[in-house]
Amino acid sequence: MSHQSELAIEADGLVKTFGDNRAVDGVSLAIPRGTVYGVLGPNGAGKTTTIRMLATLLRPNGGFAKVGGFDVATEADKVRSVMTLAGQFASVDEDLTGTENLVLLARLYGFSRKGSKDRSAQLLEAFGLTAAADRQVKNYSGGMRRRIDIAASLVVVPEIVFLDEPTTGLDPRSRNQVWDIVRALVSDGATVLLTTQYLEEADQLARRIAVIDTGKVLAEGTPGELKASVGTGVLHIRLAQQEQRVTAEHLLTSRLGVVVEPSSDPFQVAARISDPLLANRGISELHEANIELVSFSMGQPTLDEVFLALTGKDTEHSTAQSEASS
Amino acid sequence: MTTTQAAATAEDGIEEISHDRLLAALSAGAAPKRPGAIANSFTYGWRSLLKIKHVPEQLFDVTAFPILFTLLFTFLFGGALAGSPTEYLQFLLPGILVQTTVFITMYTGLTLATDIDKGMFDRFRSLPIWQPSPLVGAMLGDVVRFALACAMVLIVGVILGFRPPGAVQGVLAGVVLILIFCFAVAWIWILIGLTVRSPNSVMALSMIVLFPLTFASNTFVDPATMPSWLQAFVNINPITYLVSAVRAFCNGEFATYDVTVVLIISVALVAIFGPLSMIRYRRR
Repeated sequence: MSHQSELAIEADGLVKTFGDNRAVDGVSLAIPRGTVYGVLGPNGAGKTTTIRMLATLLRPNGGFAKVGGFDVATEADKVRSVMTLAGQFASVDEDLTGTENLVLLARLYGFSRKGSKDRSAQLLEAFGLTAAADRQVKNYSGGMRRRIDIAASLVVVPEIVFLDEPTTGLDPRSRNQVWDIVRALVSDGATVLLTTQYLEEADQLARRIAVIDTGKVLAEGTPGELKASVGTGVLHIRLAQQEQRVTAEHLLTSRLGVVVEPSSDPFQVAARISDPLLANRGISELHEANIELVSFSMGQPTLDEVFLALTGKDTEHSTAQSEASS
Repeated sequence: MTTTQAAATAEDGIEEISHDRLLAALSAGAAPKRPGAIANSFTYGWRSLLKIKHVPEQLFDVTAFPILFTLLFTFLFGGALAGSPTEYLQFLLPGILVQTTVFITMYTGLTLATDIDKGMFDRFRSLPIWQPSPLVGAMLGDVVRFALACAMVLIVGVILGFRPPGAVQGVLAGVVLILIFCFAVAWIWILIGLTVRSPNSVMALSMIVLFPLTFASNTFVDPATMPSWLQAFVNINPITYLVSAVRAFCNGEFATYDVTVVLIISVALVAIFGPLSMIRYRRR
């Protein structure tokens, strides 16, 4: 087997422009078969445009891409037979019932009349939607809607599955269920390309992650490697007075010897600390220095912090937030 | 925790996902033999009919318009133009039949723009199917709507006293010609629906195009009464040829010239707007 055939998806210098806007500006990807690959980035980073090019919905202006070994530009029909697309843009018909949507797709794939009904019933049962089978999709809740969207893209399970922000806007319970589906897909042997705005999601599911912003890949690697670039854990401290921030940062650096991350929020201090005991000491030190804390928490670096560490600049989201709070 | 979860389950009807069932469903997802172009198109036609079943309101336009037009014009103009509504009806009805059906072709573009708006077409275009089938299938469903509109006009017409000498077979021949022409015109709306993408713009555009086209014809009055510049337009308006052909069919005659012109225009429309639509559809 050649090296190339082990890759489910490969892209080299993909470019898509809309007028003056370079929505995707030279994205290269190499995604091995049978894995989950996460594309992480804020809104408008170029994630969806990239997926749409890989799914043959948009024609790249430059670069090339192969999906399942087929060129997206010249072998679009073959690409369509090895991949499926679910997400914010590939939708189901809201006027039709769950069953009708799945039967429609099954018929299009070539299932017989009876075969379509059987396949539809099987999928609805597997996705916990049997009770809603005969209801119009517009009457589904958000979580159910997402499930029928995903079920509709799995009427035929091809080698490669594109999931475009499958959990955006979902409550934690529905989100966990979508994660279970993704894990089941991979254990069934599929390759999943997943876009997300959440570092936690990419961390939970993906073997490798590409962080993209303004149409470019900023970093690529395993979740561990990416997080190592910002520290394995972060102590977030919220101060009562922003004038005390410099003192607080100085104190943490000098007494504990930890690295303090830059933050766009003047009330926030983020220090790389993975050991809870050390964090505890840090809090005590601040307390003794009469620095008033509003709250503190320990956790993984957020997507904002990953972006800050990778680019030195803020995501639009956190900029907007700090502007609103100042 | 368990209690709140159970409550949520009862509330939204969502069930837990069973891992084993999920795996079984995924591993049973092998692709069957790929169907042909015709099978794909008919599946999309089935979708259009399902939408009529679920959103019967959309038939309101198809039924209310024809009834309204027929009643309004018959009684409004009948006395003045032909001495009595019943007499005028014999002249008007074939024209109303054409006008209402041509008007309804606009809905082809409207439905398409709505589908694109809602993301349906991204799903369809990513499927390994004959690519024009969503468009062709939608039109198959639309032909059913056109036929329904024709039936409404004819029923109202007969109730009001429409008695065509051409009898049932003459009227049927006229309807078939209208369906062929409207199938061809609908391709223009497909291209417009793919290009403007917003259902509202399709609606606005349709008024600007369809009103002059259907009124500036021989639908309502004899063009001989019009000023010469308007006559010139009326005489090149395809609607005029279609109305003349249908009128002849209803009178039990066969207007070879008009029928030929209508068929040539229909073929030309499909030959021009079909490929243009497909290029637009693929390139989006």
